[in-house]
Amino acid sequence: MIVRIMGEGQIEIDDSRLQELNALDDALAAAVEAGDEARFRAALVALLEAVRQAGKPVADDALVDSDLVLPYADAHIDDVRAMLSGEGLIPS
Amino acid sequence: MGILQRMSMIFRAKADRALDRAEDPRETLDYSYKKQLELLQKVRRGVADVATSRKRIEVQMSQLSGQGAKLQDQAQRALGLGREDLAREALTRRSALETQISDLQVQHANLQGEEEKLTLAAQRLQAKVESFRTKKETIKASYTAAEAQTRIGEAFSGISEEMSDVGMAVQRAEDKTAAMQARAGAIDELLASGALDDPTGTAKDDITAELDRLASTSDVELELARMKQELTPGPAEAPRQIEGQAAPTGESESPQTQPHTQPKVQPEEGRP
Repeated sequence: MIVRIMGEGQIEIDDSRLQELNALDDALAAAVEAGDEARFRAALVALLEAVRQAGKPVADDALVDSDLVLPYADAHIDDVRAMLSGEGLIPS
Repeated sequence: MGILQRMSMIFRAKADRALDRAEDPRETLDYSYKKQLELLQKVRRGVADVATSRKRIEVQMSQLSGQGAKLQDQAQRALGLGREDLAREALTRRSALETQISDLQVQHANLQGEEEKLTLAAQRLQAKVESFRTKKETIKASYTAAEAQTRIGEAFSGISEEMSDVGMAVQRAEDKTAAMQARAGAIDELLASGALDDPTGTAKDDITAELDRLASTSDVELELARMKQELTPGPAEAPRQIEGQAAPTGESESPQTQPHTQPKVQPEEGRP
């Protein structure tokens, strides 16, 4: 499974870690849902840590899709909301 | 559905749209490659811009700490002249500078991190662009339009995802440097306005002016006191002799040369 950390590149993670990541992802989703910046930050940091620690970087010249995309480390909860609502954060 | 999956779908949808637009996917490859090269240029410019901002902050930090050292000197001078009020004022200003310097240090670290990230992003993108170019040429040479469609799928969406990500990273870096430029401009104005110092040396700041005035009147007294002490070596300390002790025997020892006293005009530091 390939995970992208925005601004940092892609990481390959063994599928066996999926459940663990899902639990952390749920926590992140709940925080975004609740609009709770402090919880969001804690959940994002935990996710980023887990991904960095569990995986290894994909080769620079590899051209592969990511299965999951993680916001950049200093993303604000509003940034993530905007991205999820597709408000033109991704430039053409 | 989790956030991470939703985000990956947003990236993918964008790549799919780009691919769908083209009649012949082989044309899309060339167009995409052109866009990739443009983005690569943009990222490299981004790295250079961030580096410029970082260097500007470094210059400001050294100017501000130069000012801090000068205020420290002034405080020392003021105390030596018995003007605790002036010393306090100088130290208060210095402490305000310290706050600004530590604020700049945070910004500097921030920019340094941004610079590193963008440099790595440029490296990754370059490797991917090169890899894409090879695939593109193979596909164009070997396949019909219909076949190409199925062959380029992942290579295309893989690089599109990278481009979206890098594009956003450059944008973020640009936003950050723009915000810092504005603050850096404010500090430059402050430095130039003479609120911190007058770097041209034509007008003295108020503390220096006051100290110089005090110094010129007390220079003679100081020098006399020092000479007197040299003539009569003893345990007495010089500072205690300063006040109101114009030496009565001083006339014959001309006080015109004053090698140890403060210069009238403070040499100015930190000329831009």
